Amino acid sequence: MALSKLSSSSSRLTNLLKPVTTSFLLHRPISTDTTPLTIETSVPFISHQCDAPSRSVETTPKELLSFFRDMALMRRMEIAADSLYKAKLVRGFCHLYDGQEAVAVGMEAAITKKDCVITAYRDHCTFLGRGGTLLEIFSELMGRKDGCSNGKGGSMHFYKKDANFYGGHGIVGAQIPLGCGLAFAQKYSKDETVTFALYGDGAANQGQLFEALNISALWDLPAILVCENNHYGMGTAEWRAAKSPAYYKRGDYVPGLKVDGMDALAVKQVCKFAKEHALKNGPIILEMDTYRYHGHSMSDPGSTYRTRDEISGVRQERDPIERVRKLILAHDLATEKELKDIEKEVRKEVDDAIAKAKDIFHSPDAVICFSYSQESPMPEPSELFTNVYVKGYGVEAFGADRKEVRGVLP
Amino acid sequence: MATSFRRFGRRLVGSISRNNFSTSCEKQLIQQQDGGGKSLNLYSAINQALHIALETDPRAYVFGEDVSFGGVFRCTTGLADRFGKSRVFNTPLCEQGIVGFGIGLAAMGNRAIAEIQFADYIFPAFDQIVNEAAKFRYRSGNQFNCGGLTIRAPYGAVGHGGHYHSQSPEAFFCHVPGLKVVIPRSPRQAKGLLLSCIRDPNPIVFFEPKWLYRLSIEEVPEDDYMLPLSEAEVIREGSDITLVGWGAQLSVMEDACIDAEKEGISCELIDLKTLIPWDKEMVEASVKKTGRLLISHEAPITGGFGAEISASIVERCFLRLEAPVARVCGLDTPFPLVFEPFYMPTKNKILDAIKSTINY
Ligand SMILES: Cc1ncc(C[n+]2csc(CCOP(=O)(O)OP(=O)(O)O)c2C)c(N)n1
Ligand SMILES: [Mg+2]
Repeated sequence: MALSKLSSSSSRLTNLLKPVTTSFLLHRPISTDTTPLTIETSVPFISHQCDAPSRSVETTPKELLSFFRDMALMRRMEIAADSLYKAKLVRGFCHLYDGQEAVAVGMEAAITKKDCVITAYRDHCTFLGRGGTLLEIFSELMGRKDGCSNGKGGSMHFYKKDANFYGGHGIVGAQIPLGCGLAFAQKYSKDETVTFALYGDGAANQGQLFEALNISALWDLPAILVCENNHYGMGTAEWRAAKSPAYYKRGDYVPGLKVDGMDALAVKQVCKFAKEHALKNGPIILEMDTYRYHGHSMSDPGSTYRTRDEISGVRQERDPIERVRKLILAHDLATEKELKDIEKEVRKEVDDAIAKAKDIFHSPDAVICFSYSQESPMPEPSELFTNVYVKGYGVEAFGADRKEVRGVLP
Repeated sequence: MATSFRRFGRRLVGSISRNNFSTSCEKQLIQQQDGGGKSLNLYSAINQALHIALETDPRAYVFGEDVSFGGVFRCTTGLADRFGKSRVFNTPLCEQGIVGFGIGLAAMGNRAIAEIQFADYIFPAFDQIVNEAAKFRYRSGNQFNCGGLTIRAPYGAVGHGGHYHSQSPEAFFCHVPGLKVVIPRSPRQAKGLLLSCIRDPNPIVFFEPKWLYRLSIEEVPEDDYMLPLSEAEVIREGSDITLVGWGAQLSVMEDACIDAEKEGISCELIDLKTLIPWDKEMVEASVKKTGRLLISHEAPITGGFGAEISASIVERCFLRLEAPVARVCGLDTPFPLVFEPFYMPTKNKILDAIKSTINY
């Protein structure tokens, strides 16, 4: 899994991450046992206009341990982002993914980096799943140069071209037709790749979804529309906004499957199935039944439109990390202490990455930013004007008087 | 005009860091202290206007994403309890549907007060607004119209909103005959203008300066009152240069006027209030007096509404102008996140432009 290969994901960052990677390598190797293991999904898949995949999922001890580690890392990262936001080190709007980790992790286990992934603004963990690094994430959150969008985007705007992650999109629903456009291109390239376009239960009510579904079905595009149903769009419960909250059925003529999105193995199974289906037959909808623990964004305490009991009930009964922990212990693949150690490790990894992102010395032009005490380099002010158009298209900056001081920008 | 500033504790959506950024928005803006009423912030004034609109017209409806819970900015708090969920209700997340639905509702003689959660999210509804709402009366030869439609949307910077919570899209709508575009600068204005918009027989886009929702506080009369549309207001008299703006930008401009005054420059500041159809006569009369014009808005300069004002005033006042019209606006870039302080048309930029226009 990409997450476990933190050190090799970007050569530029290798040096920066030295302390992180060494601490990771020093630890005795996580189980590398690849003997096959078959595990039943939590609940059956429910299907619409198609067969359902088998409930028996093939996995290995190695995979289960990587699921545990990757999800624990995501959880820790989101909690750290929450603290950074509260410490006012993260600006802008910030949406956290904790609770939904199994979707990102299970999906990645079924597909390759040649497949495309596109999502909405709740994109930190999807990016990490695509092989993004913690340093890129925390730097982007804090508007620093080392961020995955050079610090220019912030929380809602993560992208990773080399892993075909087409990003974070802030306009609800807008990523769906765009994702189907990627699938359209894939159909021409004939390289047996597909696009996973993720959207929420709230987004499922946007007209764009239905327009995109029709085109994708008409042209048999290899598009997999993943509805991450966390049951709320901001403060609105699904049943208040949707005549039918059976999102997997709402493609009508497009097949769909409903999946326990808190079960990483079920997600893996269904994503594998969906990829094969999409390559042969065209689009399919996957409704992932999941839950977000945090409020919608940082200004939402998340407790006015749902009860605390509801949240703690999900935590106790359906938590995706706990589910994998129990599986590992039940099959005797690791001890409780070893799992605790992994959690300690990821905690340190997160802390180290934050320290790096904040570190003023790790960048050659850190000197400029000394006056910002504590804070690490922001992008150069001239970056404000780059990437608006292709270079050389004559974008101009004006001085305060708009006439006298004028320069043509790169 | 009695204007006093003092600090105000609570801030919008977390807190706003204002490094390198000198405008008056962090201060509390109090205007028009004459006239009495209760001291209210801007979102409460909007809330009061909506209460009155629903109270006085049984065929008025308020709807949008999460509005029955009070909305993201608390503007619709208490309305659902008071008027019931058949008149104040949440819609699914679909802007095109919200506006289309509002047009239909209004076409049957109702007052449809639709909320778009942020002006940045109005674009999925753009077609409905531009092609359906704005032209309904004209293309049906006056058989149908959706004059009862008012679309409210928070616009503008908040200090750290980033790309999709900060934009000022007013100019797009000012290019559409058949629509009115209105932007208030303060609580008292917001209440009176919103009530006028709701009762005006034309479809209106009403942009609310979200930065001022909590920061701007003034005495707001408790009764039902309306302020005229398409009438600008001189909020500060002066003789050397005319400044024109609207919404949240006015407090920044007012600060620049105060600083300019210390240097002996007398600025006249005009709040346009209604962007289309706008009060050309008042701006023209002022420029004829001062001989100079500066326009300031947060939206990018190119194609901004400032360009229209500039062109019209040059046509009308060419021989009276002592200097080229100055525009201090947002830069021609997407609304940035970390670079917001550089992007914004700040007090110092305005002050520089005032001086260079005077010394032209
Ligand atoms: C077009 C548009 N309208 C409104 C919003 C404001 N908004 C942001 S997220 C959201 C709720 C989306 O809910 P859902 O699709 O279920 O995704 P979740 O947040 O649960 O992941 C809303 C209304 C927006 N970003 N874009
Ligand atoms: Mg949701």
